[in-house]
Amino acid sequence: MRADTQSNQAHVYTDYHPRWLRQHVSTYWWLEKPVYFAFILRESTCLFVGWFAVYLLLLINAVVDGPAAYQAFMAWSAAPWMILLNVVSFVMLVFHAITFFDAAPQALVVHLGRTRVPGQLVLLGHYAAWIAASAAIVWLLVRA
Amino acid sequence: MIKRHPEPLLWMLFSAGGMLSGMLMPVLILMFGIAFPLGWVTAPTYEQIAGLMGNPLTRLVLLSLVALSLFHWAHRFRHTLYDGLQIKHLNEVIAVVSYGAAVVGSGLAAYLLWQLG
Repeated sequence: MRADTQSNQAHVYTDYHPRWLRQHVSTYWWLEKPVYFAFILRESTCLFVGWFAVYLLLLINAVVDGPAAYQAFMAWSAAPWMILLNVVSFVMLVFHAITFFDAAPQALVVHLGRTRVPGQLVLLGHYAAWIAASAAIVWLLVRA
Repeated sequence: MIKRHPEPLLWMLFSAGGMLSGMLMPVLILMFGIAFPLGWVTAPTYEQIAGLMGNPLTRLVLLSLVALSLFHWAHRFRHTLYDGLQIKHLNEVIAVVSYGAAVVGSGLAAYLLWQLG
C-alpha cells in the first residue's frame, strides 16, 4: 500500500499525503541518546547475572565431584581471560545491584501503622542489608 | 501455558532474582572470580568449602540464588530482545528457550545440592 501510493504520482493529493502512523524505529535506537544507552546497559546486566549463576553451578558441581575437581575449577578461574571476564562481570553486577535497589522504593511501599515509610529509608534499608550480607559472606569464606 | 497470563508470576521471579542476585552476587564474584584467583585472600580448602556447602542453610540460599537469578536473566533477556533489538517474530521461541533454560538450570542446581547433603 505504501509503495502503491508513493509510486502513483498522478494523484492530486500526493503532495498532502498523511504522515505514516507507524514510524520506523531503528534497531539501534538505544545508541541515539545517553539515557537510552544507560537503559540498555542496565538491562544487559542480566547477561552477567546469568553467567554468574552458571559459574556457581559449575562450582557446586566441582565440589560434588571432589577435591581434584575443585582444584581444577579454581585453576580454571585463575586463567587470565576468566579473571578479565569476572572483573567485567563484577562491575556489571554492582551496576545491577545499584540500579535494582534504586527502583525498590517505587516497587516496595512499606507502611508502619498508617504512615508510609519514606522511599529514602527503604533504599537505605536495602543498602544496609547489602553490606550486612556481603560482610557475612566474606566472614564465612575467610574465617577458617 | 505462555498465553495464559503468566506475566505476574514471571515478574515476581524476575524481581526476587534481581533482589537476591544484587545482594549476594557482587561479593561472591569478587571473592571467587577475583580475590581468590589473584591471591589477595587464601582460597578455602576443599574440606572448608565442602563443609560450608554441607550446611542445609547454605544449600537453600545457593539453590534460591541460582534458580531465581536464572529466572531474572530469562525475563529481562526476553524483554530486552523484544524492546531493544525488536526481535518480535521470534518472541515465543525466545520465551520458551529462556524460561526453559532457567527451569533446567534450577533442576540441575537442586539435583547437585541434594547430593551434598
